[in-house]
Amino acid sequence: MATEVLMPALSPTMTEGKIARWLKSEGESVRAGDVLAEIETDKATMEVEAIDEGVLARIVIPEGTEHVAVNTPIAVIAGNGEDVRATELTMPPPDTGQQVPSEVRSLRPSPVPPTPVSPRRASEVEQEYTGKTTTMTVREALRDAMAEEMRRDDAVFLIGEEVAEYQGAYKVSQGLLQEFGPRRVIDTPITEQGFTGLGIGAGFAGLRPIVEFMTFNFAMQAMDQIINSASKTRYMSGGQMSCPIVFRGPNGIASRVAAQHSQCYGSWYAHCPGLKVVAPYTGADHKGLLKAAIRDPNPVIFLEHELVYGESFAVPDDPEFIVPIGKARIARPGRHVTITAFSRMVKLAMQAAEELEKADISAEIIDLRTLRPFDIDTIVASVKKTNRVVSVEEGWPFAGIGSEIAALVMEECFDWLDAPLKRVAGKDVPLPYAANLERLAVPQVEDIVAAAREVAYR
Amino acid sequence: MAVKRKPGPVKFGELGFSQQELLRYYRDMLLIRRFEERAGQMYGMGLIGGFCHLYIGQEAVVVGMQAALTEGDTVVTSYRDHGHMLACGMDPKGVMAELTGRRGGYSHGKGGSMHMFSREKNFFGGHGIVGAQVPVGTGLAFAHRYRANGLICVTYLGDGAVNQGQVYESFNMAALWKLPIVYAIENNRYGMGTAIDRASARTDLFHRGMAYGIPGEQVDGMNVVAVYEAGLAAAEHARSGQGPIILEMMTYRYRGHSMSDPAKYRTRDEVNRMRSEHDPIEQAGRRLLEGGTTEAQLKEIDGEVRKIVAEAAQFAQDSPEPDPAELWTDVLAEA
Repeated sequence: MATEVLMPALSPTMTEGKIARWLKSEGESVRAGDVLAEIETDKATMEVEAIDEGVLARIVIPEGTEHVAVNTPIAVIAGNGEDVRATELTMPPPDTGQQVPSEVRSLRPSPVPPTPVSPRRASEVEQEYTGKTTTMTVREALRDAMAEEMRRDDAVFLIGEEVAEYQGAYKVSQGLLQEFGPRRVIDTPITEQGFTGLGIGAGFAGLRPIVEFMTFNFAMQAMDQIINSASKTRYMSGGQMSCPIVFRGPNGIASRVAAQHSQCYGSWYAHCPGLKVVAPYTGADHKGLLKAAIRDPNPVIFLEHELVYGESFAVPDDPEFIVPIGKARIARPGRHVTITAFSRMVKLAMQAAEELEKADISAEIIDLRTLRPFDIDTIVASVKKTNRVVSVEEGWPFAGIGSEIAALVMEECFDWLDAPLKRVAGKDVPLPYAANLERLAVPQVEDIVAAAREVAYR
Repeated sequence: MAVKRKPGPVKFGELGFSQQELLRYYRDMLLIRRFEERAGQMYGMGLIGGFCHLYIGQEAVVVGMQAALTEGDTVVTSYRDHGHMLACGMDPKGVMAELTGRRGGYSHGKGGSMHMFSREKNFFGGHGIVGAQVPVGTGLAFAHRYRANGLICVTYLGDGAVNQGQVYESFNMAALWKLPIVYAIENNRYGMGTAIDRASARTDLFHRGMAYGIPGEQVDGMNVVAVYEAGLAAAEHARSGQGPIILEMMTYRYRGHSMSDPAKYRTRDEVNRMRSEHDPIEQAGRRLLEGGTTEAQLKEIDGEVRKIVAEAAQFAQDSPEPDPAELWTDVLAEA
């Protein structure tokens, strides 16, 4: 009996990939374990092996095809002796020309191709910027930001695990080794505390290191160096020592990687004086804020999100385009309720705003962008207009960013509030692995909608 | 790989430095000794607060090592750091005023005993977390190599710090990338109150880099000439692109771990024996006398040093407390 070979998901967040090469041709017999094809994802090149014995009856997707969605049939293997011409596909190959947002990946294998990304809005670009833009992924915007700053200043270098030869665990540093060479793009051993401290020492000496953490979960190994060595030394030295350094990498909850790899560190770092903490959402903000972070004379924690890397935005071309650290952005103006969010939660808040619009609730979405120094003014101005506020974050609620916003709003504009602030946050548990439980633990659009309706009493 | 140096008498002249230079080391060691004695007194008077880790007994290590360095080489250490700062040429007034938490201190009173720095003298701290200065120092060496400026970093660590994991993370990277760094392990035999044989599976520390191919050498850290000689060779090794090297300085602190340490973990006899038989300043003094320096000359140095320390102590008490506005400064640099 013929079996279909489906496009495999090679990582928890993979939604699509490219068929780089077929290693078997039609009519060739295969045994279980034979490598059929090489698949390229945004992170890696991997091999697809045959599970059954038989004959490669049909190659459905030719090599070189990009954007092949996970679970698309890519080939058919017929049983030995079976008529290969008789093999039929159970479903048609999808249109592969689509841009796919990375978090549309279904939690259960689904034959339906992911929905295309919604068209860009002008508000996604920094408002003051009127120059040329290019549509690119957040991953590319980050890479371009680093490349531009490295061209501009020889003191800037990138160091971390897999940043050079491997081109980045999430392919953020693609091409940097080729352009800048091993002096400035440096693979480290798996030694977070060590290379973090090393970067800090280099920063004290006047270099401008970009330290990539494969994910911020691993930065906990280096927490002492970040807090005790990087953030406090300027103060302890009476202003003599500066540590211009960027710590960057994916933060927050990815997809199905469970508790030790899924956590938002926003409030952890935002707690600490001596640090700046940035958590952007749009491509323009990723680029403009990373450039600002690299030029900043202080330690900057730059929180990215694995599920945002693949999203596309219009990104300014101008190498002098900088987004100032410390300024929130009105992502969508509104009248009835203020919703604050950062990183990937901005996207969910925007979706919630569209839902709320149907109920005639006009939501103002504030993309915080920076968590320290915190732009409370933008929130207060908005609350004075809407009189209601919902905060959204992936992290745990206790002592979270939402708690801080609640306190600040009380202090700054208590009399303008018509309802208590409502927090939408990750559930107060270590992140579970099971798909249904994970979904319950992470804020969803409907949670934001419900919270907004609650504070609006509608 | 590791080479153990046999401590032995050093003949002057052979090493290429003069009686005059030894006199300078003697003076620098004495300055640290007198400074620390005064710091201890002032702590007892309540003029210095918090933790205060005195360097008395270990003076030959920093003085000998510093003499082996070149202008621009960088130095970093842990929190027993007063001696290192004075050896780097930092102003005793600024150091003492930091101990008293005054405006005239190197950190304007915001760092204290364990957290002082001087960019001018290439002293990068003064770090309060045991072992954390080791990756930082490795990063200073990384910066030297990145800039190809021919300079090196000396990173000091204690026999307590050598059991921190980040020390080995640093050794590995330093060896992997052949960074210009000398790791000077000051083995004073006690990590706080725990004797080295109760903390370390093997108590000779010079071969702690063996797994990474880092050469190591044991040095008589009570002998400033031995330290200087070993330091010179180690600095040359690091500077020439051969990568890191470890010097295990066998030394001893006469005082407790900090001022609040009753030092019940060792006998009075042990301390006295070290003081009478191995004191670095007396050893250097004896050699100077043998070489023709007069008692009067040594006395004159003592007088000069006492004067410097007295002035530093006075300055540290006269300097005003930091302005309250200082609370809010130096958290972040202006972007």
